[in-house]
Amino acid sequence: MAKNKIRIEMPKQSAESRSKNFEEVALGYTEEMALLEAERCLECKDPVCIEGCPVNVQIPSFIKYIKEKKYAEAAAKIKETNSLPSVCGRVCPQEEQCEAKCILSKAGKPVAIGRLERFAGDFALDEKTRTCAVKFKAGKNSVAVVGSGPGGLTCAADLAIKGYDVTIYEALHEAGGVLVYGIPEFRLPKSIVKAEVEYLKSIGVKFQMNVVIGKTMSLHDLFDEGFKAVYLGLGAGLPKFMNLPGENLLSIYSANEYLTRTNLMKAYKFPEYDTPIKKGNKVAVIGGGNVAMDAVRSALRYGANQAMIIYRRSKEELPARKEEIENAEEEGVKFHFLVNPLEFIGDDDGFVKHIKLQKMELGEPDSSGRRKPVPIKGSEFLFDVDVVVVAIGQTANPVLLEVTPEIKTNKWGNIEIFNEYGQTSMKGVFAGGDIVTGEATVIQAMGAGKKSAEGIDLFIKSL
Amino acid sequence: MTLIIEKETHARNIHKFVIKSPLIARHAKPGQFVVIRAFEKSERIPITICDKDAKNGTITLYIQEVGASTARIAGLKEGENFLDIAGPLGRPAHITKVGKVITIGGGVGSAITYPETKAYKESGNYVISIMGFRSKDHVILEDEMKVVSDEAYITTDDGSYKEKGFVTDKLREIIKRGDKIDEVLVIGPAIMMKVVSDITKEHKIKTIASLNSIMVDGTGMCGACRVEVGGKTKFACVDGPEFDAHQVDFDLLLKRIAMYADEEKESYEKITGKDKDGKE
Ligand SMILES: Cc1cc2nc3c(=O)[nH]c(=O)nc-3n(C[C@H](O)[C@H](O)[C@H](O)COP(=O)(O)OP(=O)(O)OC[C@H]3O[C@@H](n4cnc5c(N)ncnc54)[C@H](O)[C@@H]3O)c2cc1C
Ligand SMILES: Cc1cc2nc3c(=O)[nH]c(=O)nc-3n(C[C@H](O)[C@H](O)[C@H](O)COP(=O)(O)OP(=O)(O)OC[C@H]3O[C@@H](n4cnc5c(N)ncnc54)[C@H](O)[C@@H]3O)c2cc1C
Ligand code: SF4
Ligand code: SF4
Ligand code: FES
Repeated sequence: MAKNKIRIEMPKQSAESRSKNFEEVALGYTEEMALLEAERCLECKDPVCIEGCPVNVQIPSFIKYIKEKKYAEAAAKIKETNSLPSVCGRVCPQEEQCEAKCILSKAGKPVAIGRLERFAGDFALDEKTRTCAVKFKAGKNSVAVVGSGPGGLTCAADLAIKGYDVTIYEALHEAGGVLVYGIPEFRLPKSIVKAEVEYLKSIGVKFQMNVVIGKTMSLHDLFDEGFKAVYLGLGAGLPKFMNLPGENLLSIYSANEYLTRTNLMKAYKFPEYDTPIKKGNKVAVIGGGNVAMDAVRSALRYGANQAMIIYRRSKEELPARKEEIENAEEEGVKFHFLVNPLEFIGDDDGFVKHIKLQKMELGEPDSSGRRKPVPIKGSEFLFDVDVVVVAIGQTANPVLLEVTPEIKTNKWGNIEIFNEYGQTSMKGVFAGGDIVTGEATVIQAMGAGKKSAEGIDLFIKSL
Repeated sequence: MTLIIEKETHARNIHKFVIKSPLIARHAKPGQFVVIRAFEKSERIPITICDKDAKNGTITLYIQEVGASTARIAGLKEGENFLDIAGPLGRPAHITKVGKVITIGGGVGSAITYPETKAYKESGNYVISIMGFRSKDHVILEDEMKVVSDEAYITTDDGSYKEKGFVTDKLREIIKRGDKIDEVLVIGPAIMMKVVSDITKEHKIKTIASLNSIMVDGTGMCGACRVEVGGKTKFACVDGPEFDAHQVDFDLLLKRIAMYADEEKESYEKITGKDKDGKE
């Protein structure tokens, strides 16, 4: 059989149709496509791709199963180290991780590891095909996991597999953290997250929703209830604002609010769902990361005539994933580079009407190596808008930490950890993910959750 | 799922719910609230914890029907459930012995002042309560408030019960009679809180208001609830809901809570089949 040499593209909804709906953009490989793409993997003796993966998915082994049409086995192989393949296959920045390392990327294009992972993961989402999933035995020692983001879910899954009785406490009414409230349906369908959560339930993990640790119960209450150890996967949940005049005008949202109304509360189905959102004709999203791309592409889907990115540096510095920038461009998002907001101006009812922008030019590189934007004096101008989304990042949510002084934090409010397992300054309490590192990625949070699961296992065995 | 143990309709459009929620009952303090998502497709809305019974694991809520979400909640019966309830959220009220205190509640706000009025009394303060209602058939918690107040007054807009007028008329009268007031707590419609705050500012009486900003998560994650206090942006759900009234930008609050007026009307009409402006 002649080996396929061409990287198989993934079918997508056309830009024309997808910019008008919230359904998933990338449609996934068919079986035929997956087989063709899998063929490309050389099954290297020394698979460097694995080094690029923060949780060391056994890439050639799972791809080999795909080649043999043993899809459930492929999924089980991935799940040995990554409990959320359908999620990671979709949202991992593969181009910087596993695929960046793949040997084939030197000569041409890397194996589409993410797409294959998604294919195998999705195959095993179904209950019928899940039979190969890891066996578990419920143990007597119990562990509490606070926060159900990807880090918390991974830590819980690994501990359950190791034989612990695990309970996840989550402040919101749905499990998944940013996966459910932040990343939009058109990139990560919520049914996928639900199915992954169901998988965790099937291996014995318990979920307690609507419990805010630090409010509904304290960390000490958890130990009093008999938990031997606690993992904190709180995420970076506090939205940053710019502290500019007029920033509290109506129809100015944080990206968190805009995306939470959209994803968790389903405002795009209003009035079938009760939660409203301001749709807007001219929507300006301030920022240039993945969060900004998600917000601006949502605005387009709400029907905005103009959905715009306002970014103070130039295109080269955009921190968002390249694929998502391209998707946004194809869909009709407009980019305004080298401009920075100074002030928001409203109408009589308090709704935002204009942004005062200032033009910028790039100066010397700053500490991050990117060229620093410098304002051009006298270049201010007014820009018409009717909805603004501020997507300039988030910091640590203090709700639990401000009532738990035993846990040391750094000057940004992130939890300090003292070893590779995420041990915090409080005995039996481990932490990982965005609450430790600041905003990072799904797979990094999962890697941390995994490490902490090991640490918790060692800790409990040492008791 | 949270079981409704008891439901009673008090006055027009105000419903009392006693619900089973042992964890919240154990930790709730005066001034705190819960966030409720009653049904699958509902909004998350904040409601103050009006009373609690830690022994039986129950909390009491008073919910006024004002729009779509509260109208649907009003239809729930004993033995049914709220789908989700999270709490206790917000900072507890800071209540100490200061001397003479006036607590002012407007409409359903009267129910919300109850736990704090009680706490003021228990801390050894001389407590004057003023509750304002539209008319006689809107009056709630009259007997309960009497028990925890040294003086209790009720005003009705139309004079159909007790004193005719607004809570602010009564407040002015008490100030005028020369009492030295050490603290005022006001909870009710934003416009009422603003007027009360203007009066007490003039007389330099420390005043606390509980801000009813629009919320989504209630845990500090979204910023929907932002308010300006002393020129600084605060999140009402985690930094409040109570603030020094004299520092609050009430004009901004008034605008922000009206942000979804059009959408709220659409929802309300869909759910009730009634025209929102035509009701009541
Ligand atoms: C819009 C958006 C798009 C993104 N896109 C990508 C992407 O494409 N690829 C990628 O790799 N990364 C992406 N990221 C980043 C990624 O989602 C995060 O790095 C990751 O989710 C962090 O995981 P976590 O487990 O640390 O916490 P989170 O996912 O933040 O979850 C934390 C959970 O803890 C809960 N919680 C917090 N405090 C408490 C408490 N006191 N009690 C109970 N529960 C609590 C929260 O409600 C939340 O559910 C994106 C982020 C956003 C916001
Ligand atoms: C801390 C706090 C405590 C509260 N305690 C009580 C209470 O004990 N009893 C009570 O009856 N009401 C209370 N409220 C007000 C209550 O949350 C609103 O009346 C309710 O959300 C209205 O929803 P609706 O869909 O029925 O009405 P809508 O028609 O949607 O709105 C009517 C008005 O309610 C406000 N509102 C709408 N949605 C929200 C939301 N998600 N969050 C907050 N306000 C909103 C708006 O200002 C609007 O003008 C409290 C509000 C806050 C912030
Ligand atoms: S988890 Fe992410 S980084 Fe690891 S192999 Fe899968 S797609 Fe690549
Ligand atoms: S480096 Fe590339 S070709 Fe080699 S095993 Fe990994 S995915 Fe396959
Ligand atoms: S309601 Fe979301 S931050 Fe306050």
